[in-house]
Amino acid sequence: MNRQEDYVLRTVEERGVRFVRLWFTDVLGFLKSFAITPQELENAFSDGMQFDGSAIEGYARQQESDMLAHPDARTFQLLPWRPGDEPVARMFCDILLPDGSPFEGDPRRVLKRALDKAVEAGFSFFAAPELEYFYSKSTTEFEPLDTGGYFDLTPLDAASDLRRQTIYALEAMGILVEYSHHEAAPGQHEIDLRHADALAIADSIMTFRLAVKEVAMESGIHASFMPKPRTEYAGSAMHTHVSLFEGEHNAFFDASDNTGLSKIGKGYIAGLLAHASEMSAVTNQWVNSYKRLSSGHEAPGFVCWGRHNKSALIRVPAVKPGKEHAARIEFRAPDSACNPYLVLALILSAGLRGIEGNYELPPEASDNIHDLTSEERRAVGIKPLPHSLHDAINLFQESEFVAEVLGSHVHEWFLRNKLDEWNAYRSYVTAFETNRYFPIL
Amino acid sequence: MDPLLIYSPALQPDLLPTIQEHGYEFTIVSSVEEASVKQPPDGWSGAIISTLDNKETAYELCRFLRETTVEAPIQPLLIIVKPETIKELEVRDNLFDEFLVESQIRIELAARLRHRFWHTGRGTHPDLIEYGDLILNLETYQARIRDRSLDLTYMEYELLKFFSTRPGKVFTREILLSRVWGYDYYGGARTVDVHVRRLRAKLGEEYASYITTVRSVGYRFGTSKWGM
Repeated sequence: MNRQEDYVLRTVEERGVRFVRLWFTDVLGFLKSFAITPQELENAFSDGMQFDGSAIEGYARQQESDMLAHPDARTFQLLPWRPGDEPVARMFCDILLPDGSPFEGDPRRVLKRALDKAVEAGFSFFAAPELEYFYSKSTTEFEPLDTGGYFDLTPLDAASDLRRQTIYALEAMGILVEYSHHEAAPGQHEIDLRHADALAIADSIMTFRLAVKEVAMESGIHASFMPKPRTEYAGSAMHTHVSLFEGEHNAFFDASDNTGLSKIGKGYIAGLLAHASEMSAVTNQWVNSYKRLSSGHEAPGFVCWGRHNKSALIRVPAVKPGKEHAARIEFRAPDSACNPYLVLALILSAGLRGIEGNYELPPEASDNIHDLTSEERRAVGIKPLPHSLHDAINLFQESEFVAEVLGSHVHEWFLRNKLDEWNAYRSYVTAFETNRYFPIL
Repeated sequence: MDPLLIYSPALQPDLLPTIQEHGYEFTIVSSVEEASVKQPPDGWSGAIISTLDNKETAYELCRFLRETTVEAPIQPLLIIVKPETIKELEVRDNLFDEFLVESQIRIELAARLRHRFWHTGRGTHPDLIEYGDLILNLETYQARIRDRSLDLTYMEYELLKFFSTRPGKVFTREILLSRVWGYDYYGGARTVDVHVRRLRAKLGEEYASYITTVRSVGYRFGTSKWGM
């Protein structure tokens, strides 16, 4: 047993922890959990805990259903929303096959593989997500909890109290918050996490979504990360700020360039732009995701980048003097209902491809892309992101890049699952149709 | 453990066996120059300086240890004095942590060393580390700050332990990464910033300042004795 595992065992004993929850994530990004007693912990560390993988979306087929959840002792954390006299702790798990080899369908494994490549290339990869979501009075129907707008400070507002409680819970778990505020739509809120290495951030996003829901539920409120719950409201994004470091040095920054971007930074953006459409089925994985992307507001519909352009797919925030280490880019496609492990693995790998393949950075888009006509956009070479999950699936299916990053297991399963989702939607008669056609046809 | 610095070569013959018996490592020096040359990479864990043979050199050495290593004041610093020189200590209170009077010195030395190292955690029985309101129990891995348990992850605990056993000393990110993490970590050197921020958040507002950022260098736990 290593010292980290010893640390966990002693802490469990000292703090009187009764249950340890083992967490892992299915391919669609849903958090899965089972609880073990402290007596089982030692066994879990040495051999892993067996479970039936065939019940998990995107895991095993029937004939190879036995899997092992091996807890990562570094992620041991007491959960702040359980009663203090009977503390509950959690650990994220790596999923192993019965022979002890890593299971390629485990999203955490997909991200680790991508991070290993970055380390080989001499980079460490940092990310900071901005997570948007809605508070609703009802679980089944969307009834916004408040009527605020962007940055509104509303007195006696139940939602801001929830947000504060959530931030306390997050900080108690070491998930640090940089900003939080009311977002544009009624009931919509945003919490921005501070940057950390991508594996920690992916774990944090999983924890975050649960914390938001748990804290809301204590007040009888439902929190939802659905990308676009109502046509006339802005959708919920997960704008993701990323940067590469070489040791202590920010690899994106170059003071001598008028954009402030180094050759590495430019290559990274070029790679991300080149592969963004193929990744779309993962960054925006639901039928509903494309309702957000199609609606304008601040959602990116087109593949372009800009420094001051809030409609661009990739924004390059200005670097303040003396803050060179904060040089970063903001990728604005993902929504907060994505699988963060897969999304971060793709964002990283697309950028690395751009650097290694010397991709050329297209010119910066300075106008609001939504205001241009499609002819004007074509003239400057700006392509749209996929318009629907169906378009995205077609690009995803053909993409050698995505298949390599996700691995064939995840790529194939994801494709099948998303085709099923699209086919179910294709035959579904929507309110749009009945409202529009029934009276007149 | 890192060695104790011992002066002088002519230290009472029964003292060295006492120090050895209790498992402390040490290096004997005969001058300030030698102390400076032989300093271990991580600093001395403490010092025992005898004024019995050569008072001038002894005090010079104390001053050197206290003043030239301001960012990491050496602790504990014990001096050995003759009964008749106790009075002289009044004007030298800043130069030592503890003094021993020549007589009954064996038992007293062992007890004082144990007590002093109990505070710094760098000795042979580092069970508890205390700094201000912070207590780390190295046996149970528990950290408490004024009766509040800190829910730390393993790396946060290790970082806090590293810091609190070396109060006042400045560390670069690279040093912290190699000493605390000790293996390739996805985050690289910048991960230190992330963990320091988390630790500060968990220490809470009142105690966040235990870890200070030293601009363009790294981090320091606690303040140096000289208020820097």
